Amino acid sequence: MQTQTVLSLNGLTKSFGTVSAVKDVSLDLKQGEVLALLGENGAGKTTLMNMLFGHYLPDQGSVEVSTVDDQMSPLPLGDPQAAITAGIGMVHQHFTLAENLTAFDNITLGAEPIFSFKRHKAKAEKKINDLMQKSGLVAPLDVPISALTVGERQRIEILKALYREARILVLDEPTAVLTPQEADTLFENIRSMTAAGLSVIFISHKLREVLAFSNRIIVLRHGEKVGELATKAADEGKITKLMVGTEASENKRSPAKPGAPVLTLESLCVACPSRRNSLKNVNLCVHASEIVGIAGISGNGQSTLAELVSGMTKPDSGKIILDGAEIEANEPRTMIEAGVGRIPEDRHKDGIIGHMSVAENLVLENCEDPAFQQRSILDWSAIRRRAEALCAQYDVRGPGIDAPAKLLSGGNIQKLILARVFESNPRLILANQPTRGLDMGAASSVAERLLSARENGAGVLLISEDLDELLSLSDRILVMRDGALTETASFERNAIGLLMAGDAA
Amino acid sequence: MIRIEPRTDGARHLTYGIPILSAMIALALAAIPLVLSGAPLGQAYYELFKGVFGSRFAFSEMLTRATPLIFTGLAAAIAFRARLWNIGAEGQLYLGALAAVSVGTGVFDLPAYMLIPLILFSGCFAGALGMAVPAYFKTRFGADEVVTTLLLNFIILIFVQFMLEGPLKDPMGLGWPQSSPILDQGMLPKLMERMRIHWGFVIAIVIALVAQFMLSRSTWGFRLRAVGENASAARHAGIKVRYTLMSAALISGALAGLAGVSEVAGLKGYLTSDLSPGFGYTGIVVAMLAGLSPAGVVVAALFIASVFVGADSMSRAVGVSSYLADLVVSTALLCVLLGGFLARFKVVRVKSARSLQP
Amino acid sequence: MMEILEILLSESFWTASLRIATPLIFGVLGALICEKSGVLNLGIEGIFVAGAMSGWLAVWLGAGLWGGIVVAALAGAFFGLIHAILTVPLGLSQHVSGLGVTLFATSLSYFSYRTALPDVSSPPRIEPFRPLDVPLLSDIPFLGTVLFEQTALTWLAIVMVFFVWYVLERTPLGVAIKAVGDNPASVDAQGLSVYALRIGAVVTGSALMALGGAFLTMSAFDAFFFGMVNGRGWICIALVIFASWRPGKALFGAILFGAFDALQVRLQTEVGAMIPSQAFLAAPYVLSILALVIAARRAEYPRALLIPWFKGQR
Repeated sequence: MQTQTVLSLNGLTKSFGTVSAVKDVSLDLKQGEVLALLGENGAGKTTLMNMLFGHYLPDQGSVEVSTVDDQMSPLPLGDPQAAITAGIGMVHQHFTLAENLTAFDNITLGAEPIFSFKRHKAKAEKKINDLMQKSGLVAPLDVPISALTVGERQRIEILKALYREARILVLDEPTAVLTPQEADTLFENIRSMTAAGLSVIFISHKLREVLAFSNRIIVLRHGEKVGELATKAADEGKITKLMVGTEASENKRSPAKPGAPVLTLESLCVACPSRRNSLKNVNLCVHASEIVGIAGISGNGQSTLAELVSGMTKPDSGKIILDGAEIEANEPRTMIEAGVGRIPEDRHKDGIIGHMSVAENLVLENCEDPAFQQRSILDWSAIRRRAEALCAQYDVRGPGIDAPAKLLSGGNIQKLILARVFESNPRLILANQPTRGLDMGAASSVAERLLSARENGAGVLLISEDLDELLSLSDRILVMRDGALTETASFERNAIGLLMAGDAA
Repeated sequence: MIRIEPRTDGARHLTYGIPILSAMIALALAAIPLVLSGAPLGQAYYELFKGVFGSRFAFSEMLTRATPLIFTGLAAAIAFRARLWNIGAEGQLYLGALAAVSVGTGVFDLPAYMLIPLILFSGCFAGALGMAVPAYFKTRFGADEVVTTLLLNFIILIFVQFMLEGPLKDPMGLGWPQSSPILDQGMLPKLMERMRIHWGFVIAIVIALVAQFMLSRSTWGFRLRAVGENASAARHAGIKVRYTLMSAALISGALAGLAGVSEVAGLKGYLTSDLSPGFGYTGIVVAMLAGLSPAGVVVAALFIASVFVGADSMSRAVGVSSYLADLVVSTALLCVLLGGFLARFKVVRVKSARSLQP
Repeated sequence: MMEILEILLSESFWTASLRIATPLIFGVLGALICEKSGVLNLGIEGIFVAGAMSGWLAVWLGAGLWGGIVVAALAGAFFGLIHAILTVPLGLSQHVSGLGVTLFATSLSYFSYRTALPDVSSPPRIEPFRPLDVPLLSDIPFLGTVLFEQTALTWLAIVMVFFVWYVLERTPLGVAIKAVGDNPASVDAQGLSVYALRIGAVVTGSALMALGGAFLTMSAFDAFFFGMVNGRGWICIALVIFASWRPGKALFGAILFGAFDALQVRLQTEVGAMIPSQAFLAAPYVLSILALVIAARRAEYPRALLIPWFKGQR
């Protein structure tokens, strides 16, 4: 292929404090190709792209972009506006949309002269409609973003970039929030856009879609480029080896021997502001020594289910039964006392108190325990002793037990939460997205802990958007869609995908 | 080009250094308005210093001035620790004072050992009640407590004026809108002969130390800090957030109420509607200078009281408006805020974007 | 009952309502612009004082009435800039910074006043704005009197309501301000500066607030008194929530508020014997709290209000 190079990154390097996030990475992008940037969480993919787009300033290195007359010219770094002008568009994993504005406003935001006293709506609308037709990305324009589905929001994000005449499109984990079927449609749209001359970098850690949709693959590990190969010449084993350094090992697990029911939900209904997130007549049973996985696209009621089981939300109707006893007042305290260990979805928001020390965070749920206080006066030496022991046992690494918890890395914060949860010997463990954002090492230690809890007779309710994780850990999988649960007959990926999307066909 | 990065080193020395430095900078910056208003700079600072340390009396006056500031500073510190923005200490102070004169001017003719506790308790209760209302509006209706407590200050002051012109008016007061004097046995005893400093100061110090201990060592303090730092995680961990907030609100209000009691029953003897020259608002500055630590509140209150007392005598000597003290105090608040930023972040010089290019 | 009806139908009542509402209109608009961009500005009370003092002082020193207005707006912008720098690029607590600015602006104003006029017991008076007397229009019964017995500042306030509404709803700048108050990342990703938008909004909003203060010394009264702002700034903060951050509703809220205030003054003369005068004095503050309690539940705060944003940190 003798096509024009449109973008080249030369020796980009970036470190945060003492942590080096990206080390000396170079790459070239050709016109009309789909380049996959592959690597596990924390490998530096997003950091690399944020430097390209000017969100981060690299410590070293440079970027060159082709101009309209096919000359390569250097791109000023640390300046999003320059990246946009150079024709680079980025679709972030977390959408950057103002939800109080319409899709039209979001697309045109920043594209018009800011101090003009009038907006040229008709012209802009025509341009957007043309783009929609050409790319196949269709979404309503005059509705506030808050009323759109996730898939529609993503289309708006891409349209935003195309509207600014992007010739290079960077997609960060574009399929994380989509059903397998929606993802396929997205890649078809991308195909037709690349045929028209667009070049695409897409960031992913999902081997399957990388192999199916890219032309070329670059693998990052620990911030370094460890491999580059044409997709035609790649296979799963080869890439995994590059990503992880060794072949991935299968989880060893014993056959399921479920015991008595630990958690039973009987025709539960919870209304929330978003209809899709409300629970509608949910029935569920988790037995002892069993991992029950909940699959589904985010925003279909999983977070409501998790809030219910952690005691943060009260049911409108229905029963919650734990170990045979019905829970009357559904409060976090009662759930903790009933033996429910909770690993929250957003660990920074709900899991830890960043400004308090590691030791304090470890006793957050049981500061009333007589072991840690006498007559309401805390026994700091006992609390610190326990913290030392737990940090050693659960391998929580950081600047020490007296340092604020916010200084820990994501993986270590999760280990801190695991220590708190498993130390109380819970009967039931609610794990909501327990490995999200963790590197493979930390993720596998979470998986091991969950499996060993199952061995020890606890019931586990595992909510995850990562189908691979669910398939490898769960004894049973239920799919949550539109606030209702459906049990899957098989562990077949496609069948689960169809249930997630809600198409019987 | 510069960049802002969070500090990862604890930087403990900054915790103490920054408030002290802020206070000094604020004092130094006062030179600008002094020069602009044509005052002799050296003499002005000398008079300011002398006004506090020049005599035993001057020093005791400073301690007297610091007493209500310790109370209102503690009120702000405890509320702010729970991220409850009680800006209503001014009003709660007046409620406390109002309660003190309601029970202390002759309705109950009790001996000192019963009357003084009754006055103290009534003041606490009234102050707590004053904060309970906005706290209830916040937890029940979600009404922002900043605005409600601020507005309540005005309502309470008007209510005090009404009481002083009506039901509580001193019949012997020659028509002035003021309350009857507190009974002699209801007054907090003086600490020193011929000085105005009274037992309210000792009570303030003791309460500050108790508050310090409770915040750092008790389960209540632990829960309060947890709710303040991250209410969502605290609730997830089974801490009753509303209950904790309400307890902080009541204690904060009670402390502000004590400030009023101490001014009325320790110093003035009767209540007028100009009892407080903004002690409630200054308490916020005290708390911020103290880094919201109760023990620090004592030190910060002594500093700010020194500024006020010193500025008063300086004002008399060199003829500069005593509003200079308010100017120093507000500058100190802005400085300590800025300093708090420097304690949490460091400003790093980085190579400019252009020089990175080949 | 008849008395109340009579009051409500009188021209002088509505003229007074609009006059009382004017400083609030400026204040609410200013606070609204700040909050739409995601910054709570509790400096408002002090900025009112600064606007009242500096505008009046400028006129007294011979700057002319409109010169005074410019000086007041600049003073407001200056204190707004302090608040903006502390809260936007530095991301410090908007509550504390705002209160700090209020204390700083108030004490600086009082100090300057005392320094400029060390020995006066009653402040010197200036020649304030006169009511506009537009030929023909002023002769329209009722409406003509109510609208044209106002000074130019009241007219400026009403024009500003439409202007702010137009900018927010109909121009790219307005779209960007609303976006930055909802999700700063949306603005950053499109290559606009979050800091510039927020600092600009806070500075502009603060200048408007200062005009509210200036109205007090240059139109409602003709001199500067200590304590003359008397919580009007805080009332504006409550009114913004009541108005759900909409300029039109803000105008309505301010006039409603002015009407209540005007009504209580008139009722006081009618039934003053039965109800203590303090009850009327407290009414505006009680009303504000009630408005807040009623509006708080359904209030849709700008999503990014109070949340600092740091570049390169998402």
